[in-house]
Amino acid sequence: MSLAFAILFYVATLVLVVGVAFKVVQYSKTPAPLKIPTTPAPTTTSGVVMRMFREVVFFESLFKSTIWTWIFAWAFHMGLFAVLFRHGRYFHDLLPAVIVGPLKYAAFAMIIGLIGLLVRRFAVNRVRYISAPSDYAMLILLLLIGISGSMMTFVSHVDIVGVKTYFDAWMTLDFDNLILPPDPVLRIHLFLVAVLMLIFPISKLLHAPGIFFSPTRNQVDNPREVRHVAEWAEKL
Amino acid sequence: MATKEFTIPEIQEYIEVPDAPIPDATAHLSPFLAKPMHQEPLGFPEEVVDDWKGETLEAMGDLLGKYRGLRVFMDICVKCGSCTDKCHYYIGTADPKNMPVARQDLLRRVYRRYFTFAGKFWGALGMPGFVGAADLKREMLDEMYSYYHQCSECRRCSVFCPYGIDTAEITMAAREILARVGIGQKYNNEIIGKVYTIGNNLGLPERALEDTLEGLEEDIEDETGVAVKLPLNVKGADILLITPSADFFAEPHVDGLMGYAKVFHEAGVSWTISSSASEAANFGMFIGSYENMRKISLRIREAALELGVKRIIFGECGHAWRVAYSFLNTLAGPFDFLDQSYPIPQHILDFTLGEIEKGTLNIDKSLNDEMVVTFHDSCNVARASRIGDKPGSQFTIPRAVIKAVCNNYVDMDPDTIYEKTFCCGGGGGLLTDDLLELRIKGGLPRMTALQTVTEEYGVTHMAAICAICKSQFTKILPYYGFDMDQIVSVHQLVSSALILTGQVDEDDDTESGEEAA
Ligand code: HEM
Ligand code: HEM
Ligand code: SF4
Ligand code: SF4
Repeated sequence: MSLAFAILFYVATLVLVVGVAFKVVQYSKTPAPLKIPTTPAPTTTSGVVMRMFREVVFFESLFKSTIWTWIFAWAFHMGLFAVLFRHGRYFHDLLPAVIVGPLKYAAFAMIIGLIGLLVRRFAVNRVRYISAPSDYAMLILLLLIGISGSMMTFVSHVDIVGVKTYFDAWMTLDFDNLILPPDPVLRIHLFLVAVLMLIFPISKLLHAPGIFFSPTRNQVDNPREVRHVAEWAEKL
Repeated sequence: MATKEFTIPEIQEYIEVPDAPIPDATAHLSPFLAKPMHQEPLGFPEEVVDDWKGETLEAMGDLLGKYRGLRVFMDICVKCGSCTDKCHYYIGTADPKNMPVARQDLLRRVYRRYFTFAGKFWGALGMPGFVGAADLKREMLDEMYSYYHQCSECRRCSVFCPYGIDTAEITMAAREILARVGIGQKYNNEIIGKVYTIGNNLGLPERALEDTLEGLEEDIEDETGVAVKLPLNVKGADILLITPSADFFAEPHVDGLMGYAKVFHEAGVSWTISSSASEAANFGMFIGSYENMRKISLRIREAALELGVKRIIFGECGHAWRVAYSFLNTLAGPFDFLDQSYPIPQHILDFTLGEIEKGTLNIDKSLNDEMVVTFHDSCNVARASRIGDKPGSQFTIPRAVIKAVCNNYVDMDPDTIYEKTFCCGGGGGLLTDDLLELRIKGGLPRMTALQTVTEEYGVTHMAAICAICKSQFTKILPYYGFDMDQIVSVHQLVSSALILTGQVDEDDDTESGEEAA
């Protein structure tokens, strides 16, 4: 069982890393033949960096658009990033306990956010219309990951040292010490996480790397000053 | 087709977003199909090709490799739904496929099915719908034809999308794919054909253009006693004016053209119109065709070279200004043969504001006193380009010009102006009578905002700087209980407040301005 999980995680990691790298290369290689920033847009590169920063950190456009979605989305994402940051301690020892300790409540932000988004998907007619089964499935998957994780943190504690030893062994290919604590909640948690990693590069989760490549947000508004021509267009 | 009975929406107190979508409410709306004679000059197949499926996928693959926007947008939509209430066509028709994301999905489901692992996997299991994919069927192309011609490429959805997903880009790609399969739109393709053979959208030949311009010169002279020229094909002029051909005769466009002529006259610059590039519009953009857009743009370069001008100025037009501002340098540049101390190209409002600020124009604002004016931001100017040198100058410059020539100006609801402006309902190649129902319904949000300022501030006129907006409003205003001449050109306002040097009849006779509506 421990070995099966190890293999699952090797495969999942490979798919995630190679898949996302492939997509990022594909995006950066595809030319953007025309200047199409949504204006008013910044006229300098540093302005564009600021615009992107506001989009990624504050979800600026979403904020202007639909406040309830913004509240839940922001709670979920910020909760998620805090949770992921806290998970760093299973992989190395650098994270100071003062930060890591209180951050565990971020899981609630994440879960509340996810529930809000899920309810919205059911309850708002327009949003229900545009939802495919996979859109619900993805929210439920994340919700189950969040809930199973929180079970371990807040209800029935798991042997953290054991988890760390296991992943140390996993990372150093030390197959003799691959012993996963026999906690069923942990196994559910890990299995779901592996699924998430596997679907990441083939689903809408590509929005995380993709946003940086969106030409309506990442282009500088200077078409009159700087001539912008794509390679394939040059040949015409 | 377009003959089905329909009701004109009633203006409510606020812009109301339909909460419960009505599926297929406008599924019957499709513009006339291009005939073989309209397809052929643009390099598209004359009829639907036998292997429509293969061709669709091939064209799609081709565009995915050429346009990063398309590729990224196809992948990253998270179905958050924040665009669903932003489209004027959804607000006006309640058809769920007019919600921007649903419109994108008509193409995305094909992308998911044939270009992604998830779609291929679930497709092989016979459940492509699980991941929002679908097997391509012939009827789907017709459905795409219908709904991708219910999008005016106005980009309002892109403003509100957390990733800036621009449905206009997807509409353009879809239209190009369809055209390559042999399903083109008559209105757009016919017009592009005219540009190639005659030089402008209206098919107005050189002789007729000459007569028209002479007629306008006479009109101005009759009215003011001053001989203001509208020169055609003058070699060695400083400025080449490129303006939408509607400016040559349609109302209220032509009053705007007379306004530009008067401003040029007072500014004392030499300028000309070119008969070979007597059209600012570029419908190549509407059909998403880079090649056609480029071909149309190159006429402007050639005209500028041939006439040996130093500057290019564009008249009041929305999508034409987008192509001019954002794409002209790319498509037809570099313009190193023009005078680099002026913007290339320059917008007529930028020029006029400059003259107002310099004080070359003798303006009597009171001549517009019987009007209370508001301004409709045209989508392509607002969200796809800029006028002056600062971001947002596309909003401030037109307002500055209007305020310089009118005493009474008010803005509409802040959610309907600036980058949040609502499309007039007729942009993006939909300004054809076979889509009248759509055009009327799509105008609802703007009409609502206009109604509000009419009631609250007694607004009498709405000014615009786009030929399509002006034609569209002329048509739809009466359906909503307004008068068709309540839509005016910004340069028409300039024109009626501008007192020419040596003008005889005006003096203190303030009555002769615009008729109150
Ligand atoms: C650069 C990093 C990221 C940014 C800027 C970002 C931004 C956004 C935004 C603006 C939304 C739309 C609002 C919403 O519906 O929640 C969204 C949705 C979503 N994000 Fe992210 N995200 C990022 C990373 C991630 C990661 C790493 C995951 C998952 C592991 C993720 C999972 C999701 C999911 C599942 C949704 C859809 C929520 C729904 O169904 O309504 N995001 N993201
Ligand atoms: C290999 C990857 C992962 C491992 C080994 C892992 C393991 C664990 C463990 C052992 C706990 C319990 C912590 C404790 O008792 O204090 C936990 C909690 C949690 N996990 Fe994970 N997890 C992984 C990935 C993820 C991912 C990708 C997510 C989110 C999408 C996630 C979400 C959570 C949450 C919300 C909690 C509870 C709050 C917290 O302790 O911070 N986990 N996880
Ligand atoms: S571009 Fe405009 S018309 Fe098209 S879907 Fe978006 S909001 Fe609607
Ligand atoms: S706002 Fe953008 S991400 Fe959200 S549903 Fe619309 S297109 Fe998709």
